[in-house]
Amino acid sequence: MKKGLSAKTMRLMIPVVSLVVLLVAVFWLQPRAMSYMGMNLLFNLAVPIALATIAQMVIIAVNDLDLSIGTFVSFAACVTAVYLPTDPLTGILILALAIGAYALMGVIIHLRDLPSIVVTLGMSFVWGGLAVLILPAPGGTAPVWLRALMTAATPVIPFAIIASIVIALVAHLIVMRSTFGVAIRGVGGNARSVARAGWSVLKIKAMAYALSGLFSVLAGMALVGLTTSADANIALRYTLLSIAGVILGGGEFVGGRVSPLGAVVGALTLTLAGSFLSFLRISPDWQIGAQGAVLIIVLGLRLLLSRREA
Amino acid sequence: MNALKPVLSKPWIWSWLAAALTFAATALFTGGSSAFGLSQATLTFAAFSVMVGLGQMLVITLGPGNVDLSVPATITLSGTLALKFMETESSLILPGLLVAIVIGLAVGMANYALIKLLRIPPIIATLSMSFLVQSLAIWSNRGLRIKPPEALATFTTGTVFGVPNIALAGLLLSFVIWWLLERSIYGRWISAIGQSPFAARMAGIPVDGTRFVTYVLCAVLAAICGYLLASFSGGAALNMGTEYLLMSIAVVVIGGCAVAGGNSNVPGIWGASLFMFLVVSMLNTYGFGAGIRLMLTGLIIIAVIVAASRPLNGRK
Repeated sequence: MKKGLSAKTMRLMIPVVSLVVLLVAVFWLQPRAMSYMGMNLLFNLAVPIALATIAQMVIIAVNDLDLSIGTFVSFAACVTAVYLPTDPLTGILILALAIGAYALMGVIIHLRDLPSIVVTLGMSFVWGGLAVLILPAPGGTAPVWLRALMTAATPVIPFAIIASIVIALVAHLIVMRSTFGVAIRGVGGNARSVARAGWSVLKIKAMAYALSGLFSVLAGMALVGLTTSADANIALRYTLLSIAGVILGGGEFVGGRVSPLGAVVGALTLTLAGSFLSFLRISPDWQIGAQGAVLIIVLGLRLLLSRREA
Repeated sequence: MNALKPVLSKPWIWSWLAAALTFAATALFTGGSSAFGLSQATLTFAAFSVMVGLGQMLVITLGPGNVDLSVPATITLSGTLALKFMETESSLILPGLLVAIVIGLAVGMANYALIKLLRIPPIIATLSMSFLVQSLAIWSNRGLRIKPPEALATFTTGTVFGVPNIALAGLLLSFVIWWLLERSIYGRWISAIGQSPFAARMAGIPVDGTRFVTYVLCAVLAAICGYLLASFSGGAALNMGTEYLLMSIAVVVIGGCAVAGGNSNVPGIWGASLFMFLVVSMLNTYGFGAGIRLMLTGLIIIAVIVAASRPLNGRK
């Protein structure tokens, strides 16, 4: 820790280095990507993934794991596409209730000492069912303002990048700088000492789950803004993507050790890995496999770098 | 020997109660006429969940963070390659099973290599591996649906004295795993590692070797399940493993195994597998739409877990 970089900086360095390496590789393969338009195309889908990754990160910070994020984001997207353009009040009410349900989920998990994996697994059926009820067939429309926001032509730097930076900073302020954030990570680190210090672990967990629900709702809305329609299965892969993003970004499953900046960078890396592979012209058969290989290589890199640190 | 202790204190009793209740609710709705057909279908489909659930149970017993997400991809790959190898040739049935087992061995070893050598958390390691395995399956499948050998198809869909052969196969595997878990030193070791990896290492338990064997066993069980499932359903499909990801984890937890590891049981896997299939068929019988059916499935699962749980102050 004394010489060179601190462990905390290292934690952030590795995801950033992986992102830069991937970005250079993409530019090398396809120089035309090095433009406003190209960058926008590369990172457009990163915004909802980044939001979902932050949602997952908040849950991981309290030592839990949310296996329902994919279906919940899909559900939020369905509500957004069906209600927000025509009946915004009902839409907002449903989304607010859903966030309340997330808080309730946190309460039940804590009070009954239940494994979060299973409760969220059960809830993934519930969200999936609700999404099918709301939107039985793919469809819906994006609210005009949301579409305008997500496709905004910002000067010089593409919107997707600005949005990712804003998401990272907001999450950083909440999770790393605010008292609430310290409490959340404290529960992950040592719930007992947080309780001894006079905090209510129950309240903290409920609020952490609510915060996660809020980010997932935003992810669903952002996704609809990009795709202009929704269906009940639109974001199923987000569950695994969000977990991978948090870990790529230097987070750990236990101990409240998470990094919001890293998580967003991890989400960007995963998004970029997809584009990188399509530029490589890998046969579609091997697309998923190559994505797995990229994950393994990046994590292997992390091992090499952290060994040097030790 | 179980009868000596009060049955109600067994962690697996809840899953069996839930399964019995759901069975009654379904059979009563149809006036009891469907009871036999329902039991046969339930036993068959539950047995597939049991096979993957047993492997997942062993992995989860190893303690927090241990889970195998490559189960669905392994099912698909072994089903695809085994059927391709057999080419509907009945003489190749046993070599085909061997091919499936070798695939399981390979995936399990690769999984543990990532976990141990690259020190990747098991969730991410098995997830990345499942991407690779799935790609391999897509590449080798090429959209062709090869039929299983005639004799194997007859065996997997047949019954003995009214009991489906698949259920008997699941029962046989359950006895093997039960013996490993409850009677062998290996079972002591995985439980010890799940309770405290540090203490286990201090006690001289070969922690790495035991974890290695566990991940390999889980992959082999998934591969056997894939082999039988592909033969049962008349061919391998690329999405045949998908539902077994959630299923394998859910049956372990509903079956009363400790999610934090260190304490597992085999009967609960059966109870939970029966229950999971019965819930779906009950909601089908009642004629609900897809949305309501999914929602109720989720709520019922959560209700069972809440009922089986203890409040916070019961924690040690």
